[in-house]
Amino acid sequence: MLLLVLLSVRSVRAQSQTDNNFLSILGELRKASFPDKEAIIDRLSQTGHPSVRVVLTAFMEDRLFFRNDNQTIVIVKSTDGNPAVLDLVDPSSLKSIGTAPMGNLTRIDTNNHLRQVLGTTVAHFALSSPEAGVRLDAVREMMLSPDEKSVALLRERSAVETNSSVKKGIAIALALVALDDPDAQVRLDAIQTLRISASQDVRNKIAGLLDQSSDGKFTEGDARVRNAASAALVVIDRWRTFYSGIETLFFGLSLGSVLVLIAIGLAITFGVMGVINMAHGELMMLGAYTTYVVQTLMPGHIGISILVAIPAAFLVSAFTGILIERTVIRFLYGRPLETLLATFGVSLILQQLVRSVFSALNRSVVTPEWMSGTLQINDALGITYNRLYIVIFTLLVFAAITMVLKRTRLGLDIRAVSQNRAMARAMGVRSEWVDAMTFGLGSGIAGVAGVALSQLTNVGPNLGQSYIIDSFMVVVFGGVGNLWGALIGGMSMGIVNKLLEPYSGAVLAKIFVLIALILFIQARPRGLFPQSGRSSENS
Amino acid sequence: MLLPQRSWINRSVRGTSAEARAGKWFLSVLAFVAIVVPIFNQLVPPTSAFHLSAYALTLIGKYMCFAMLAMAVDLIWGYCGILSLGHAAFFSLGGYAMGMYLMRQIGPRGVYGDPVLPDFMVFLNWKSLPWFWYGFNHFIFAAVMMLLVPALVALVFGWFAFRSRVTGVYFSIITQALSYALMLAFFRNDMGFGGNNGFTDFKDLLGFDLHSDRTRVVLLLLTAAALAASYLACRAIVESRAGRVLRAIRDAESRTRFLGYPVESFKLWVFVFSAVIAGIAGALYVPQIGIINPGEFAPINSIEVVIWVAVGGRGTLFGAAAGAVLVNYAKTYFTGALPEVWLYALGSMFIFVTLFLPRGIIGLVQSRIKAK
Repeated sequence: MLLLVLLSVRSVRAQSQTDNNFLSILGELRKASFPDKEAIIDRLSQTGHPSVRVVLTAFMEDRLFFRNDNQTIVIVKSTDGNPAVLDLVDPSSLKSIGTAPMGNLTRIDTNNHLRQVLGTTVAHFALSSPEAGVRLDAVREMMLSPDEKSVALLRERSAVETNSSVKKGIAIALALVALDDPDAQVRLDAIQTLRISASQDVRNKIAGLLDQSSDGKFTEGDARVRNAASAALVVIDRWRTFYSGIETLFFGLSLGSVLVLIAIGLAITFGVMGVINMAHGELMMLGAYTTYVVQTLMPGHIGISILVAIPAAFLVSAFTGILIERTVIRFLYGRPLETLLATFGVSLILQQLVRSVFSALNRSVVTPEWMSGTLQINDALGITYNRLYIVIFTLLVFAAITMVLKRTRLGLDIRAVSQNRAMARAMGVRSEWVDAMTFGLGSGIAGVAGVALSQLTNVGPNLGQSYIIDSFMVVVFGGVGNLWGALIGGMSMGIVNKLLEPYSGAVLAKIFVLIALILFIQARPRGLFPQSGRSSENS
Repeated sequence: MLLPQRSWINRSVRGTSAEARAGKWFLSVLAFVAIVVPIFNQLVPPTSAFHLSAYALTLIGKYMCFAMLAMAVDLIWGYCGILSLGHAAFFSLGGYAMGMYLMRQIGPRGVYGDPVLPDFMVFLNWKSLPWFWYGFNHFIFAAVMMLLVPALVALVFGWFAFRSRVTGVYFSIITQALSYALMLAFFRNDMGFGGNNGFTDFKDLLGFDLHSDRTRVVLLLLTAAALAASYLACRAIVESRAGRVLRAIRDAESRTRFLGYPVESFKLWVFVFSAVIAGIAGALYVPQIGIINPGEFAPINSIEVVIWVAVGGRGTLFGAAAGAVLVNYAKTYFTGALPEVWLYALGSMFIFVTLFLPRGIIGLVQSRIKAK
């Protein structure tokens, strides 16, 4: 027991000794010249202190400062947008130590050469990080500007590396370097290795081998290597096309999910109730503004605020929807054209209301950290998290609504009323109450869609208008009153839009989709999934 | 819970004598404006308090164009039950055809001084005139295009839509999509229609300076004549036997079809005719206002037209015209005095009229007269 205490005291002392050593070397940076700084960086990296990497990264990114009052070195969390007050981090414990105004701090300067040295040093540290992701990033970093030192390091790492994707990355990086080898056989082998890569840099490098100078001489002297290179290019390009196809598909899916989110609400109000709600877009806008308000109310918890905003937006939009139904729409059942006009009036009022309350300027909703960034699947394929989450979110909402309609009492009532109102009333269903609830449900989903949209576009009074026509198209395309129609219709419209975009530009793609839809209605006037039964017949 | 929805419609069927009476009123007011406005503008000296400014002149001309547009919408909505949410598109197409002629008329007087290419093309580095601009230097050709382009678009679109029996709200939504698609298309710079700036800086029409009051007065008279002519034409259609078929389609489309009437062709032709009137209105609108841009295609514009008709009274041609003037006067007033209030007022108007005034102001007045 005593031994244990002694041991831990000792290790603490040892720790504090490295700390002191580390801090004193760090302190020298204040007055050092650029060549001296290079030496200091070297010494710092040899201390083996756990926070060396973070400190050097901060140094590289011009975030290393010292306080003017007590001369201690501090790391600044971020200098983005030149804030007046900066958040400080202690360089040895890496804990937050309050804030300081910009004027009380002095930056430790770097120059180009120093940043390069720092870059390599940081990468070397990263290469031995216990996290595979960090190692992979380091390999990618070194691949861009390989030098002898990093090549040696990569070779060393390759021998002990266990993670397969990092191993692959190192192999590619080394092969890239080997392309400049004087031995043709080495170059050939390198090309064979590089065939598995899909990275843009690799592709350019190999394509560079086939370049011809103006007098017809190839950059690459050996014809065998050239042949191998062009064969490899074909393979790489095929993979790259494949991956970009997947990416387009994903973009289409994410655009489609937005449309689906909007169209689900419409499918309920328009499809199930036969009510054309032109204010649907504005209910969505209310949802987006709710997200903004929730976020301003809880400034410290951006990450959670969006989760709070989802039910909040649902409630706000649902109540607004019920209000609209009770005051306007219920007097107009059976007169769809009049409903269209009246709800359009509602949409104008809601827009102006938002303008009066929040001003006409766009409000920006901060994307929480867990939703930003990219999921890098490989060199050619990256998927942004916010889009990924929106696809997942849409599917969840869809599943939830299907459950509500299929498995709950309310859902049963809704279906009963929409199929045969008189019979439902005879069976004791309060049809007026069901109308209000159905409309509330559809409107609430619009609000939820607004939360999702706030992550993709600016939140402004015109938010609703820009999507409403598209989503009506989705409902018409999918078949009125059919949730599956909304899902399939929205996804396919999103994908077709994105597939066309590279060939025709975004605007023309949209026009083509609209024209295609008008033609589609020729063949199937009731959409993909027509409603069957007597309820779909009109006079 | 369902309100009786079609009871009022039957009255307008036998209300031809009322229509004739009101029509006389309408034409008299129009004639009065056409006589008085030139006098107060041309003969009364500018120093006098009774002088009609160029601004007022333009405003009256604008209202008349809108009245024509409203009549076009009323012809298909009030009499045939087709609610088009894309009539601003036909209006704008007519306007663009006129605008193209006016652009060609500028000739070398543009900022860049190119004898053939309009300014925006020089600005976008275009070397030669696109093929669809050929012929627009001749007024006759341009005038034919003002009628033909909206008519063709309406014909093709209507043929597809009516053939597959797209009716009711579906048709409304699709017309809105058409208008939206056209707006997006005209916003593109490489379409060759000036992108989002559209056409402006017009100089003259058939050699007459567009900035002189005299030309403006003549344009106003022409607009009044066109309004009167389209009123008479629409009334002729409505009161003819074909007009009865249109009303039958509005009230019971399937039954009319079962009686053997070719419902689709009736709808198609009245739709095309309505689009042509809208096109003429647009063509007259552009030289008076002096600008046309893709914003005119915006779906909101089409919907505003519908509210003019609803406020005035759908199913009565003069009611639509009156509604257009009334709502636009309110708009001019509110956007100047209380811009904040305008959208509230417009929105409330939509709700109020649909809930409480299904026959519009004219309907209100008529029922008052009957009650006496």
